[in-house]
Amino acid sequence: MVHVNSPLANVADGVQLLYKDFPYEVDSFADFHVRLDRPHNHHRLWHPQVLCYLNDECPFAPLPTDQALAVFESLLNFSIYATIYHFLILHAASIERAGYTAILPAPPGSGKSTLCAALVSRGWRLLTDELTLVSPSTGLISPMARPISLKNASIDVMQQFAPQQTFSPKVYNTIKGTIAYMRAPSESVARMHETAAPTWMIFPKYQAGAATSVKLLPKGAAFIRLSSGLVNYSILGAVGFEAMTQLLERTLCYEILYSDLDEAMGWFDRLPTAQ
Amino acid sequence: MAIDTVLKTILTQPQPLTDLTHPQWDVLIHSAQRVGLLGRVQYLLAAGGLLEGIPEQPKMHLETARIVADNERRIMRWEINRITRALRELQVPILLLKGAAYLVTDLPVSNGRVSSDIDLLVHKKDLTAVEGALKAHGWEHTKLDEYDQLYYRIWSHELPPLRHRERGTVVDVHHTILPPTGRLHPDPEKLLAEALPVKGLPFSVLCPPDMVLHSAAHAFQDGDLKRGLKDIVDLDELLRYFAADGSFWVKLIERGQELNLVRPLYYALRYAKLVLNTPIPQSVMERSQAFAPLWPIPQLMDHFVANVISCRSDGRPGFMHDFAASMLYARSHWLRMPPVLLARHLVHQWLKR
Repeated sequence: MVHVNSPLANVADGVQLLYKDFPYEVDSFADFHVRLDRPHNHHRLWHPQVLCYLNDECPFAPLPTDQALAVFESLLNFSIYATIYHFLILHAASIERAGYTAILPAPPGSGKSTLCAALVSRGWRLLTDELTLVSPSTGLISPMARPISLKNASIDVMQQFAPQQTFSPKVYNTIKGTIAYMRAPSESVARMHETAAPTWMIFPKYQAGAATSVKLLPKGAAFIRLSSGLVNYSILGAVGFEAMTQLLERTLCYEILYSDLDEAMGWFDRLPTAQ
Repeated sequence: MAIDTVLKTILTQPQPLTDLTHPQWDVLIHSAQRVGLLGRVQYLLAAGGLLEGIPEQPKMHLETARIVADNERRIMRWEINRITRALRELQVPILLLKGAAYLVTDLPVSNGRVSSDIDLLVHKKDLTAVEGALKAHGWEHTKLDEYDQLYYRIWSHELPPLRHRERGTVVDVHHTILPPTGRLHPDPEKLLAEALPVKGLPFSVLCPPDMVLHSAAHAFQDGDLKRGLKDIVDLDELLRYFAADGSFWVKLIERGQELNLVRPLYYALRYAKLVLNTPIPQSVMERSQAFAPLWPIPQLMDHFVANVISCRSDGRPGFMHDFAASMLYARSHWLRMPPVLLARHLVHQWLKR
């Protein structure tokens, strides 16, 4: 549950568009209090800026007001990975279908979000696009169904691929280039409280022109690859190590190199469900 | 009931929190977190068997606070281990201060306390050797700006902070406990002379009265009560624990006089009693009255301290809080250096912006 406070119209519009299906409550417990505001300085007139606050502390430098929606989404990500430690958090997307769940960890630029957006547009349930929360006690993933963040060329690709989905206006000139958000399908949001058991760990890698190729990864190699995308692993100590071990024990780990979305998705549809 | 009161009750005599509403939980959790006391709150609720019945969401934040506090303790233990290795060969007396001292002597105040920076106190003549040894073992200065380096070396009571290259943890090496430019000059030789060795480590810690006086000086002479309640919680816990020794209170007052720290001691006793109802004998309170500043300073301080530790009903700092905080900030600078030096320092800091 997030409490949002902002006088900025693009934040209000963005939240209304992207979180349309989310429940709305007053007088409840908010996990995070976020505020996006205009700073009181000389920039106000010529280069309007946005400053963001998490529980009254300001974690980022001010950015141009046009980027407020991207600032909001980054601030929510920050709120989660910087203040939540009762989950093991992976920098990864997660999707589920028929009770089987794929975790897609990958560094930026690997095409993780594009693949994730494509798959949820073809019947997979979106658990999360950016941060995967794994409970150390049950090993299950708690979904968030927040919007999928698409960057640069993949925005147009996805708008053509899945025109039935809802996309936010583009946010230009961010540190990651141009960003637009794709709203989570209503069904994924409605099932937000249904946890999911991990089945596969799939490291996607987009490479223009590459033929689709898949490799089974040994668990050790998967562990090492994962470690660069672990957000709070060291803080969890032994609990984190056990959660990681358990996660790798129950998943089949693959690496997929792809350039053609349809081909890649065909492979996802044929994934084996047992070890 | 005001959330301020609920928080103070948890910190002193935890009771079941069954009748709090969700918005009240929201204010409680976030205001405790803002002042760095959520770990402490979690510890006290868990120790009192009071976690059951707490709604899921606040419970989750308490659990997170426990994990953070456990991690800080683990980091601190490991840092002490690494510092031991770096400094063992020097064979010079080294004291652990504050959080590290509370941890290695297993004081109740260390439970759920969040802070992983390590503070050391050494003889001024040993500063260079200690700094050299730490640098040889991977610590390096973070403040590389020439002015900052000089500021620390000439006017401060500590070396510029040393941060470990790989682990990112920070060590502050002090040669005394208050800035030499300030008004009060407790003699570090006296602190070192009374220090108590720690079992199993080549370090010592301050004796109990000195530990309280250092905490008082840190909160009310050198500091600005930025974390307000947290400083007072430290004092409260230390006083409650050390009071088990019947002669503690007499020693505390005598030691305060000996070390020239009676003014911060007055404030510490006054606000521990006022805010957290620390059981301080009436005779001690009366004796400490003699250390109070002249009118209208105590009245102003009462006002500022009350405002800086309270929050609005929504748990966020209000106008009076911000005003009090800026007054205490100005006060801490005023006490830290003589006016001309202060002006020079402020002008320099302003030009640098």
